[in-house]
Amino acid sequence: MNKDPNHLRRIFVITAVLSVAADLLYWFLAGPHIPPGRMTSTASSNQWDFNILMVIALPVLIGVWVFLGYTIANWSSKRASAPEPKGGAAARSNMKAQTLWIVITSVVVLFLAGFGTFELIIGDGSGGGEGPNPVWEPAGAAQAETAALTSSASWAPGKVLVVQVIAQQWKFTYRYPQFGGFESAQLILPNDTTVAFNVTSLDVIHSFWAYQLEVKADANPQENNVAFTTTKQLGQFTVRCSELCGLWHGAMYDFGKVETRSNFTNWATTTESANSANTADLPAFAWTYVPDANGAAGGYYPDGTVTPYSTVETYGAKQAAS
Amino acid sequence: MTISAERPTKSVATSASPPTSRGVSWTQRPGWMSQHLGTAIVVAVLGYTFGHWLGNYITSGYPYIANSGQNAAANALALTFGVAGWLLGIGALNYPLAKLVGKEPEKDTPVDGWSKYFRYTLDHKVVGLQYVVGVLLFLFTGGLLAMAIRTELLSPTTHVFGPGTYIEIVSEHGTIMMMMATSIIVGPLGNYLIPLMIGSRRMAFPRIEAFSFWIFIAGYGVIFSALPYGGFPTGWTGYAPLQTQAGPGMISYLLGFAVIGLGMMAAGFNIAATIINCRAPGMTWSRVPIFVWSILATAALLTLATPTLFAAGLFGVLDKTVQTAFYVTEHGGSSYLWENLFWFFGHPEVYIMALPGFGIVAEILPVFTRKPLFAYKVAAAGMIGVALLSFFVWQHHLFQSGINPDMRPLFMLTTELISIPTGFIFLVGMGTLYRAKIRFEVPMLFAMAVFFNFLIGGVTGVFLSDVPVNVTVHGGFFVLSHFHYTIMGGLLFAFMAGLYYWLPKMTGRMMNKKLGQWHFWTMFVFFNLTFFPMFIIGLLGQPRRVFTYARNLTFLNDFSSISAFLLGFSFLIFFANLMWSMYIKPVKAPANPWDSLGLEWQTANPIPLYNFERIPVIMTDPYHYSEVDAPALADLGLSGPGAKASSSSGKSDKK
Repeated sequence: MNKDPNHLRRIFVITAVLSVAADLLYWFLAGPHIPPGRMTSTASSNQWDFNILMVIALPVLIGVWVFLGYTIANWSSKRASAPEPKGGAAARSNMKAQTLWIVITSVVVLFLAGFGTFELIIGDGSGGGEGPNPVWEPAGAAQAETAALTSSASWAPGKVLVVQVIAQQWKFTYRYPQFGGFESAQLILPNDTTVAFNVTSLDVIHSFWAYQLEVKADANPQENNVAFTTTKQLGQFTVRCSELCGLWHGAMYDFGKVETRSNFTNWATTTESANSANTADLPAFAWTYVPDANGAAGGYYPDGTVTPYSTVETYGAKQAAS
Repeated sequence: MTISAERPTKSVATSASPPTSRGVSWTQRPGWMSQHLGTAIVVAVLGYTFGHWLGNYITSGYPYIANSGQNAAANALALTFGVAGWLLGIGALNYPLAKLVGKEPEKDTPVDGWSKYFRYTLDHKVVGLQYVVGVLLFLFTGGLLAMAIRTELLSPTTHVFGPGTYIEIVSEHGTIMMMMATSIIVGPLGNYLIPLMIGSRRMAFPRIEAFSFWIFIAGYGVIFSALPYGGFPTGWTGYAPLQTQAGPGMISYLLGFAVIGLGMMAAGFNIAATIINCRAPGMTWSRVPIFVWSILATAALLTLATPTLFAAGLFGVLDKTVQTAFYVTEHGGSSYLWENLFWFFGHPEVYIMALPGFGIVAEILPVFTRKPLFAYKVAAAGMIGVALLSFFVWQHHLFQSGINPDMRPLFMLTTELISIPTGFIFLVGMGTLYRAKIRFEVPMLFAMAVFFNFLIGGVTGVFLSDVPVNVTVHGGFFVLSHFHYTIMGGLLFAFMAGLYYWLPKMTGRMMNKKLGQWHFWTMFVFFNLTFFPMFIIGLLGQPRRVFTYARNLTFLNDFSSISAFLLGFSFLIFFANLMWSMYIKPVKAPANPWDSLGLEWQTANPIPLYNFERIPVIMTDPYHYSEVDAPALADLGLSGPGAKASSSSGKSDKK
């Protein structure tokens, strides 16, 4: 060993070459196929987000692995040519290296936080549950949500569709307030439409995960958890519960469909009239439902309104749902 | 155990109690007529029976749990009195009770011989070894449950277990492993090594230390009592209202965490007090070994975060027994309350399970690279930074829960910020490896694997912290894989590194190298083959804790399951190695087998009861490897072989 080669430069060059190759391969080969696909606006924007993170992560992974590999290959004590290590102050710290490390990691982290926040805001919550008072809403959602509670609520193509997801042990059902508040066991959505999912639970915490739609919102008892997305493609999608909810959690799934707008309207109006007798027996549409005053009877009344059981008489007026 | 045969039995033990005491304590008397594991079991059973009777007596006709024929109050009191009986039986309460009634406590003259490992013992080295056995008990039980989970997941449609049994298994696995992981390094290695590393003769509060171990074992009993009660269906996170709705096994979960929590708090503040107060002269903060820094940061988290868990668990017990409504929405409680309390503890908790691993890796890297630890101060600052920041990130577990949407950018920021101090461990590791001369002994292999595994765990953590990506990965197998990469890939590999490294000191016997290498390679390869596919399984849409999944995920699940069985087999190799090297064919360990400069290796072998004949005076930090004219680490105040050991400098590079 006459002259020690510049190890850091070698490691850097190997890392850079491999990183560029890996990033390109990832971006063009894997990226477009990363779940959950592009069935909705949130699916494609979160896929883009995932891919950006991956393009940043790959060089980090490769950098550390190359370093470890280089170390193992060159500085094993079994190699006769390995140089004797040197202790002392120089080996104990290196201001330049330490500062550079801290600056680089900080810049990456701050960029990621900024990027994530930006994506979250322009994605109207990115398909995640935003609670009863969403801070990031698509245009028209607030009006549609407010109108949904009135009897005059209606939907026309181009408007925001309000859907209520009711979770209970161990199934999901869906109510359509803009179609008389009928309840369906299957989730059917119109294409090219912004949907406001209002997720609630009748018992324990569940989580509504419409996988291909890229919507995930916990279903909490007596809470309304709102999430938004805009459908972009026709097709079937899977709904699974993604929060442990007891015995049959593993079997709590169903399949929904995104249909054309006209098919959807046909289906919704047909179901509305076919179900009208059942709908009349349901509690009036509300964001959340509370077990009824008789407890064990298993009925539910809408939170904050007068009910057939006259809980107001029994318990005094409830506070309005937040 | 022969290792203790040469230890002095008459020593400065009297400093623990005044000379006027009434005789030898029951915990230290020889023979059957004394307090030991056997009496603890007997009194625990008596306590359990009494508590059960009492509960049924005072609340007869009250809160029976639906479909179980069980009375919640009876269950809770049975377990509480059972734990109290256990502590009474082992002798953990002798001293405080004597003080309480104004009597002088009896003398704690240490007993010798193997029976001390089954007693309430004040020697931190005995407690450390007791903890080794204790955490391995947790680890192997939890591991067997993991095998059961992977067996069920071999097929999406054919089921080995019913859904109820499966959820029980999943919940027990998660809870036991989490309980184990909080103590796996702090308990065995922390208690054993801290006094040796800082030049102290004992822990600050030896009685609290012994208490923390025995209540840890009581926690094992309590969490296992869930099984005969029909288990609990909530997973280790115990979310309410599922918790409120659950059967009697839930009480074992809630009390189990409260009991383990008591042990964690006790261990935490004992260790913190020891590190702060019992350092030898000259052991300044810039000279304490980096492992001690990591344990100090961990102890702070144990002390500050665990009370939240303790209180949350008790609230849950009250909800189930005396009909309070902390978590019952219909009566003014909130399911979010449990989520917040649980994760307010739970997120610092995951750093309780990461920091000691960093400490071990950073501690043994210099020994096997023959280089000083790179950026020591950055490493220490990083650990403290992680500990502090860990209190400000808990709501990233609740990104989809519906609370505080406007706080999500903040929690995304804090979560991503924590990767800066976490990343320091890589800076430190890479700086130490640079131009080193690496000896790939078994502990070093495990330490290198920590860098490989934890990198994957850490980077995927950044994906999870990104709110938009979190929508895809929250609650699925991606998360599951992420935290197995950090806890198992990081902490457990570091624990193994620590065991292979320090067991020669702790037991005087070397672990077999060949078997150790087999253990390492099987564990490393099959760990990655088990958990890496789970990232893909998660991205493809499989939620956690399910017993059915989409048919197209069968291959990946089977691949993961078969790897998991082989991973389980690697632990059998470890167990075989442990038995072989400790009992079947023990090989006497040299005084300093790895040529370490650490103070713990400078003590006599076997370590005398009070560790140091004289309190050492520390001259410098223990990382002067490969340094010409390196200063001696410490003045041990000895003449003879000990003095020689203390002056050996980093130049020594003999293999």
